[in-house]
Amino acid sequence: MKADRATLSLSKAAGNLLVLTHIYTATLVLGFGALFGVLQGFARASMIVLPPWLDYYRMLTAHGVLMALVFTTFFIVGLMTYATYESIPRIRSTRVGWIGYVCMLVGTLMAALTILSGNATVMYTFYAPMKASPFFYIGATLLVAGTWFTAFEVFRDIAWFKRNNPSALTPLPAFLAATTLAMWVIATIGIVAEMGLLIPWSLGWTSGIDVGLTRMLFWYFGHPLVYFWIMGAYLIWYLVIPGLVHGRIFSNALTRLSFILFLVLSTPVGLHHQFLEPGINAGWKWMHAFATYCVVIPSFMTAFAMFATFELAARRAGIRGFWKTIGWLPWGDPSFAGAAFGMLLFLFGGFGGIVNSSYSLDILVHNTMWIVGHFHITVGGPVALTFIAATYRLVPTISGRKLFAPKLALVQVYLYFIGMFIMSTGMHIGGLLGAPRRTADVSYGASSVAAAWHPEMVAAAVGGSIVALSILFFIIVATGTYFRTPTGEQQPAFFFSEEEPNAAPVPPLFDNLKLWSAVALALAILAYIGPIWQHFNKHIYLAPGMRTW
Amino acid sequence: MHLHAAEKIWLRAGVIMLGCFMAIITVLALVDGVVPPSSGTTIDPNLVSKTPPFDHPGLHRIGDHEYEAYYVAQVFSFTPSEMHLPVHSRVVFYVTSPDVVHGFSVPKTGINVMVIPGWVSSVRYTFHQPGTYLLLCNEYCGASHHLMSGKIIVE
Repeated sequence: MKADRATLSLSKAAGNLLVLTHIYTATLVLGFGALFGVLQGFARASMIVLPPWLDYYRMLTAHGVLMALVFTTFFIVGLMTYATYESIPRIRSTRVGWIGYVCMLVGTLMAALTILSGNATVMYTFYAPMKASPFFYIGATLLVAGTWFTAFEVFRDIAWFKRNNPSALTPLPAFLAATTLAMWVIATIGIVAEMGLLIPWSLGWTSGIDVGLTRMLFWYFGHPLVYFWIMGAYLIWYLVIPGLVHGRIFSNALTRLSFILFLVLSTPVGLHHQFLEPGINAGWKWMHAFATYCVVIPSFMTAFAMFATFELAARRAGIRGFWKTIGWLPWGDPSFAGAAFGMLLFLFGGFGGIVNSSYSLDILVHNTMWIVGHFHITVGGPVALTFIAATYRLVPTISGRKLFAPKLALVQVYLYFIGMFIMSTGMHIGGLLGAPRRTADVSYGASSVAAAWHPEMVAAAVGGSIVALSILFFIIVATGTYFRTPTGEQQPAFFFSEEEPNAAPVPPLFDNLKLWSAVALALAILAYIGPIWQHFNKHIYLAPGMRTW
Repeated sequence: MHLHAAEKIWLRAGVIMLGCFMAIITVLALVDGVVPPSSGTTIDPNLVSKTPPFDHPGLHRIGDHEYEAYYVAQVFSFTPSEMHLPVHSRVVFYVTSPDVVHGFSVPKTGINVMVIPGWVSSVRYTFHQPGTYLLLCNEYCGASHHLMSGKIIVE
């Protein structure tokens, strides 16, 4: 028995090392991503001139790929591993997890070095027929393939738990992790299929590419990617934030339901990124607009659950009333403040998202700076700030080291919030005035229409530098914490909070991941079978592809 | 499934709001034909310069204040780069690309459509205000993407 406990604790330590490695990799990537982001922001506002070997579009590609695809993926994979390992303790090998990590790391290095060498200036959407070096596509594929190893491990842990506890519910953290990864695996089918077309083409094995099909496959993956980020943030909001306010999870059953809704509804929405494209019938676009509205509902549920958790916790502490409750919340705790500011930004981000998905309304904002503003107060705000906040909690808990410079950490989350608010406001207004996204310069030959955009770009650059400064503080805190000597003391636990006592019981249906994954896959097929059938009913011309940078 | 009474109200309000939005865009689509541009013609991207009418891009008058405008979007310019129109012109734009993906956007109008090689995009618009309109590419297309623009002069 004693030997078992020792092995278990060794196994836990091995798991913790795997999780910490993912989180520190994400931290490092965030630093590089912020550097490239701030450089391109200054260049766009005409505040600096970049040398030719460090051109604007290369910086923007590096910023987008590192932030949207690499930072988020490493953090979420680490987080899901932690949620599963913590809530299903057992003696396990971390070998598969490490294989996944190395696969992701090799893929990231391949893609990043190709971008920096100037051979893949294609943005994180890499729309064909712009043809990047095959190393970029292969690297990106390896990054995605690496995540499958962890997904496989998490599914295996759930199966192990079910086998050994046939009548018990899967622990909530592991269930949420597995639901997120099930959604992710279904989504990544799209990008892997797209890479199956792009890689042979970039190697010169095929002479042309079906541009419309690659775009549909990309966005089949591209929108669920957004929910992958959001589910990572929601996992922290549901499981960690209640503990920080001495509260409890509002409802285990409803938490599961909101994740199940994300799993089921995340994929049949991708066409809302393609509203303005030829070759896709307006009817299919309408259908995806409708599904996008439906996927707002789990976010409504989450908003309710958060406020309910805060209010019930405040009442237990004898606090009543809206402003008193707000004032009572622990705004001096960087982990709470970061996540709470993330929630606040997401109120705006969520409503902006409804505008974007509103079918014909999208005409006014498509490919303008409004969209850039939108994803900076969704993934750039709520998600990234929540991950930063969670890092302040996770790293001390896992490593047994005290957080370095907690005051700096607190200043960091406030600065990030203020900077992101200024930046995204400038971007939103610029977009409504018509400023396009992804342009090195916004002067358009001194056009009078374009003149109105410049001040907004300056506001974005100023806000962006505040964010970049705060990310520098984050890296100082994270690095400082790493170099502290472990105290061996019990740190305040990163506990997965308990449920409110009178919450409704969890129906067995809400513990059936297989069933919901099958529903999700069926809906994804239903949503895309029509557009793809219609696509292939046309005479499709392949595009040869070229390098235009 | 038991829901808290307050949560029921909250979710119901949210769903009603979304339902109203959906109803508005659906009615606009069905009654006024306000739908995102979704044309479905294909074209060989290698033969754009030989395929009529894109072998002679430009403005075609088809009736009183009715025009068809044929554009080729290629790295890093629009052909024609400048177009003159009388005020109150009803124009259907047809745009295609012989190389990579471009955007065809006139800020502050309803003209905003993706240009995909292999496809002909179309979008219609009526110019009620005289002035010089900026036409620009709003999808990243390469090193000089930010220089890809044109003018539509309505007089």
